Amino acid sequence: MARAKAYRKVKPPLFDRIFPPRAMKVGDHEVQKPRSRVWLILLVLVAAVWGSLVVTEFDLGIIIKRGHQFTVILAKVFNPDWSYLSKVIGPLLDTIKMSVMGSVLGSTLALPFAVVASANINKNGAVVALLRVLLNIVRTLPTLVIASICALIFNLGTFAGTVAITIFTFGIVSKMLYESIETIDMGAFEAMEALGASKFQAFWSAVFPQILPTYLSHCLYSFEINIRAASILGYVGAGGLGILINERVGWRDYEGLGTVLIALFVVVLIIENTSQYLRRKLS
Amino acid sequence: MQKTINPIEAMYETRPRRWWLYTLITLLVVILLGWSANAIKFKGLAAKGSEVAYGIVFGILHPDTTLLFDLSKNGVPYMLFETIAIAVLGTLFGGLLAVPFSFMASENIMPKWVAFIFRAFILLIRTIPSLVWALVWIRVTGPGAFCGVVTQSICSIGMISKMYINAIEDLDTRILESLDASGCTTFQKIRYGILPQLYANFVSTLIYRFDINIKDATTLGIVGAGGIGAALIQCINSRRWSMVGAFLFGMIVLMLIIELFSTKVRKKLARG
Repeated sequence: MARAKAYRKVKPPLFDRIFPPRAMKVGDHEVQKPRSRVWLILLVLVAAVWGSLVVTEFDLGIIIKRGHQFTVILAKVFNPDWSYLSKVIGPLLDTIKMSVMGSVLGSTLALPFAVVASANINKNGAVVALLRVLLNIVRTLPTLVIASICALIFNLGTFAGTVAITIFTFGIVSKMLYESIETIDMGAFEAMEALGASKFQAFWSAVFPQILPTYLSHCLYSFEINIRAASILGYVGAGGLGILINERVGWRDYEGLGTVLIALFVVVLIIENTSQYLRRKLS
Repeated sequence: MQKTINPIEAMYETRPRRWWLYTLITLLVVILLGWSANAIKFKGLAAKGSEVAYGIVFGILHPDTTLLFDLSKNGVPYMLFETIAIAVLGTLFGGLLAVPFSFMASENIMPKWVAFIFRAFILLIRTIPSLVWALVWIRVTGPGAFCGVVTQSICSIGMISKMYINAIEDLDTRILESLDASGCTTFQKIRYGILPQLYANFVSTLIYRFDINIKDATTLGIVGAGGIGAALIQCINSRRWSMVGAFLFGMIVLMLIIELFSTKVRKKLARG
């Protein structure tokens, strides 16, 4: 009886209060079948799409009329100018170097922050909440915006790009890491604390070995993303391939652009495959 | 005196010793770092670097409130709305275009070589940064939000197909056999055998991609493809920090809300 009363107190969702569920008879029982929400979702979706079409001035006619321009450019991109390759190598290496440095610095920096931001190790709820909001804000800043600000602060060049990549890596790795720290088995940690180990000792020998493989895997994953992110940073003056991309498009030299893109494609392919192989080994 | 060996100690004695592997990895990382360090030269702060740093902090703490609540086409709310619109359409069209690609690239449906060709194609789409796609598409559509939509529709295919393919390759095909045995038509097999298995996964992927696209749409403006980015980068370059503050504030709030919403819906979808 008491349980039934407590159950009735739970307020049904707003939708079910406006459109009450239909009662159905299944054998001897009466079952409440909630009304389908599909039409509501569809209505919202159609409204959103219609609004977006209006705001963005969507016009399929332009694509049909001028689409051949795109194929012209694409044909040039796939007919790369190999003599340009020698000029691509330098900035390409810069891009790789920026992302190596940025990934290592960013993920090293993320480790202490992630530990303090995980609720099962840090029992101080206020600190955890505050830190998470901060990390979230860091993550929402687009890399290009960070890079353009860095380029103003630290001159144009690779240093600004490295700082931007570091901040970006810090944001994603710390989030992935505190999420994985929260799923670990805390038994060993508690046992060590009960034996009189300090919090740091307990963390070092009970938690750290558990998170190390995931941590390294997150680092490699961020490195994969960073190569692609670093390749466009030059657009705002932060070094690397972006400078060339900007220049080639500006001069409408799409054969040169093709060389840049193919070089990038090969590097990304190699790095992604190596990193995925290593990550499979880690898990 | 004889050494007492209990099972735990015995296990401990036979633990894998991989110190050479760890040294090798450490050495490799150190070499990589040293190699990278020579490219990254700290040239000191720019001429007015410290002023810029101060300006950023000042701007974020004192956002331009008239710009923040200006409801006209130049205000932050409208630009954010435009950014969302680009992401909505980009994700939707990307998601639709990705369906044929991912079915063609699934090894359990197509012959291996067809799947391989489509996979390479998808990887190619994914590797080219969205900014480059935007730069190329601008030549076709001209600058504006429409360019952003087209760019994102193409870019999104890469990642969305990758996730779709995983879902398609996990399909339980035995259900199709039993539907076949009970005399279902092809349409019914797709409706009751395939769609229920894919639907939650596909929607979850789309929402995840929407999250990414919103973030991406804010930067596409830098090359002139609509959204908030164009105005933001102009303000950064002309050092109007309180306006930069207003744009950043609006962007951060928007993205926090979208992320909250997307994690909530995706959790619900994962639980069924």
